[in-house]
Amino acid sequence: MTQKSSTRGELNSIPKLLARNAVEFGSAPAYREKEYGIWQSWSWSEAAEEIQSMALGFLALGMEKGDFVAIIGRNRPAHYWAMVAAQKVGAIPVPLYQDAVADEMAYVLDHCGARFVVCGDQEQVDKVIEVQDRVSCIEHLMYHDNRGMRKYDHSRMNALADVQAEGRAAHHRFEEELSTREAAQGWDDTCVMLYTSGTTGRPKGVVLSNRNIVVTAQNSSDFDNLRSDEEILAYLPMAWVGDFIFSLGQAYWNGFCVNCPESPETMMTDLKEIAPSYYFAPPRIFETQLTQVMIRMEDAGQFKQKMFKYFMDHARNVGPKILDGESVSGLDRLKYKLGELCTYGPLKNSMGFSKVRVGYTAGEAIGPELFDFYRSLGINLKQLYGQTEAGVFIAQQPDGEVRSDTVGVPSPGVEIKIADNGEIFYRSPGAFVEYYKNPESTADTKDAEGWVATGDAGFFEENSGHLRIIDRAKDVGQMASGSLFAPKYVENKLKFYPNILEAVVFGNGRDMCTAFINIDLTAVGNWAERNNIAYASYQELAGHPEVYSTIQSHVEEVNKSVAEDPMLSGCQIHRFLILHKELDADDGEMTRTRKVRRKIVEEKFSDLLVGLYDGSKTIYTETEVTYEDGRKGAISATLELRDAAVKQVSPKMAAE
Amino acid sequence: MNDMTHDGYVTEDGRQIGGVMMEMKNITLRFGGVVAIKDISFDIREGEIRAIIGPNGAGKSSMLNVISGFYTPSEGEVWYQGATRPMMKPYEIARQGVARTFQNIALFEGMTVLDNVMTGRLTKMKSGLLSQAMWWGKAQAEEIVNREQVEKVIDFLEIQNIRKTPVGRLPYGLKKRVELARALAAEPKLLLLDEPMAGMNVEEKEDMSRFILDVNDEFGTTIALIEHDMGVVMDLSDRVVVMDYGKKIGDGTPEEVRNNQDVIDAYLGVAH
Repeated sequence: MTQKSSTRGELNSIPKLLARNAVEFGSAPAYREKEYGIWQSWSWSEAAEEIQSMALGFLALGMEKGDFVAIIGRNRPAHYWAMVAAQKVGAIPVPLYQDAVADEMAYVLDHCGARFVVCGDQEQVDKVIEVQDRVSCIEHLMYHDNRGMRKYDHSRMNALADVQAEGRAAHHRFEEELSTREAAQGWDDTCVMLYTSGTTGRPKGVVLSNRNIVVTAQNSSDFDNLRSDEEILAYLPMAWVGDFIFSLGQAYWNGFCVNCPESPETMMTDLKEIAPSYYFAPPRIFETQLTQVMIRMEDAGQFKQKMFKYFMDHARNVGPKILDGESVSGLDRLKYKLGELCTYGPLKNSMGFSKVRVGYTAGEAIGPELFDFYRSLGINLKQLYGQTEAGVFIAQQPDGEVRSDTVGVPSPGVEIKIADNGEIFYRSPGAFVEYYKNPESTADTKDAEGWVATGDAGFFEENSGHLRIIDRAKDVGQMASGSLFAPKYVENKLKFYPNILEAVVFGNGRDMCTAFINIDLTAVGNWAERNNIAYASYQELAGHPEVYSTIQSHVEEVNKSVAEDPMLSGCQIHRFLILHKELDADDGEMTRTRKVRRKIVEEKFSDLLVGLYDGSKTIYTETEVTYEDGRKGAISATLELRDAAVKQVSPKMAAE
Repeated sequence: MNDMTHDGYVTEDGRQIGGVMMEMKNITLRFGGVVAIKDISFDIREGEIRAIIGPNGAGKSSMLNVISGFYTPSEGEVWYQGATRPMMKPYEIARQGVARTFQNIALFEGMTVLDNVMTGRLTKMKSGLLSQAMWWGKAQAEEIVNREQVEKVIDFLEIQNIRKTPVGRLPYGLKKRVELARALAAEPKLLLLDEPMAGMNVEEKEDMSRFILDVNDEFGTTIALIEHDMGVVMDLSDRVVVMDYGKKIGDGTPEEVRNNQDVIDAYLGVAH
């Protein structure tokens, strides 16, 4: 059967790529998952069989062409198979964020009208059952992990394994139908629908066609010379476009192996064991890893600490140059080799980066120190700029032209233009078809010629031709004094300090800038432990006077650095406070991809904002919080408001 | 419900409880002049969750030690699976399918979680000291089988991420879970839990309760537990024995026990 479909012509869908891989790479590993302490693996031909039987089972359940199939769970091979199996029968997979609370799930399930839902485990099944009386479209539930599921009413529910068994039993009845449906799919049929995390308002369903996904996978694979022997670790949310492109698009295009961690908590250990050759992570993950390394180095012996410092200093000087192929003296090269032996090698090994050939970071700006740390170790870490609507890629950095403050050149096949107001527009084969059931938003974002508005402001650097992103176009504003207000720019500078997890800067239309700060509990907690400072909660640690002083020194350093840029010197932070709770997606303050929802934070903590501008020294506040199970509670706190020193640069600011 | 028939009953949530698995007949336990347990009889049925409660010093832990064979009763008989249990060493009783956790955590602090849980398989290992030390032939095959079982337990209790962590570095709540893992690794028919929730916060208690119910549900393990947290006891258990000053003062479903005047007196306190 696989033979037939590979000769069926164009490779214009994921199922067709699967069929080709099952023939070409038959016995090579396609999926691995750590379970019971061992890496279990499936070859391409085994994966193809699993997916085939699942697709037949879906047909037996009556899945129709054009049906939406929601998939909710962590990265596991069976969940990826469910997506491809749905595509085989002509249905459209809709992966959802597994940590979403039931209410958020209800909106998306109802919006796409999902007839089938594939859940990872009991927890997800419970959430779906909870919303089922509101969302009437759901007809059948499936689940992968059968733990605790024995007592559920199975009249409209099945284990995925049972669906597969049914499919295997019914293969004579459905095989022909399945091949017909598979063959009928063309370039313009929908490949997947992904919901944007929605920094503003409700999530929107981004419809991506086979052309979007397959062509983008092909182009981006060529850009980095990806091969069939790459290893990747699939650990980022399945609902995020990046995971779909890396773990399905590129994996199927190139035929490389997707490794799934044992559990979210074991991700770091699994990363080390797999040592991926192609790796993707948001800056946050790199930061966590660096923090962990630094904390552990402080516990190391004198000799090791000295050695680490000596070689890391050397790496900082020559490492990036060696990586970019610039000229470095023979002695320095020799010293770097020695460092590789004593420090860099073991360090990369323990972080799981021994074999990284291509690494990407995106989603947020990455701190220059953080970026250089990894590059100096010889890890080819690059930046890319993308969004769901583009099928990820808009711009990315070619090997050897990597800098921390740009996002590189337009990706292959992508055209970029900058509008007069600085907003970035692009046109590409990966540009989405439409927002599902939302023609107004589609028209607002994508024009008739196919240009898509990114909502980001940026410019091309004159000499290098690289794209630089300034901020979200709609966040950029003006201070009362008329100077430019770019909150993200300042927030990123703040977030580069390991002690600061999140920062939200205010000041649009006002005479000075202020900030809310979230401390990083790992870094600050470690500091507290070392200095014998007892604390019982985030809130208590955040309110500690010494913590305040440390953060104040960070804010003042940032002010100095901001003051150096004449255009942005007005964005110095005059007053700040440390929030009594961590900004959380469950409370709607952040998106599921952990981007701050500025408007909501501003409204929710409006009392604190007033305090920052009226000059009071302390303020009492009460805040509603949502627990993981959806229950609500309230926390109260008295917060300190601090002034930070600012550098006077223009006479306009002297009014302060 | 307390009759001695061998057919079981059906619980409120629809589980079928089987016949009598273990029966304590007129147990008395003395330490010199101190009478810790006075003439107590009750039974534990296949598949049920049986709680033993009582105020401090009521003799609950002594009772559990009699069940596990650590103490030999001064008078009375222990019937297990249809026969009186002769004088046995605790490890012989363990081989019969009885496993337990301890009130004060009794793990090997310097060993990893995995090694600790592996010790739960000790009664299932047959190869000798030498072949285990050499890790040769039968010992190797045996370890693989045992490790597989241990990994299933680790997966079940969701402790994969601390598999290689020395137990000494774990917080209290997790240590309790590792103890449960070690007991489960022995694939017990009867699991004895001595204050599984002691010293835990609400979230840890919720987790532990879920695991206890899951163990009972998935493996059909019979569970006897001692617990102070009344909410937990009343929610989890099918039947409850109440002890006070070494005597049994109540026995029945949580509802029956809650309305028993002697029990109310024992907890609220009356002049003795």
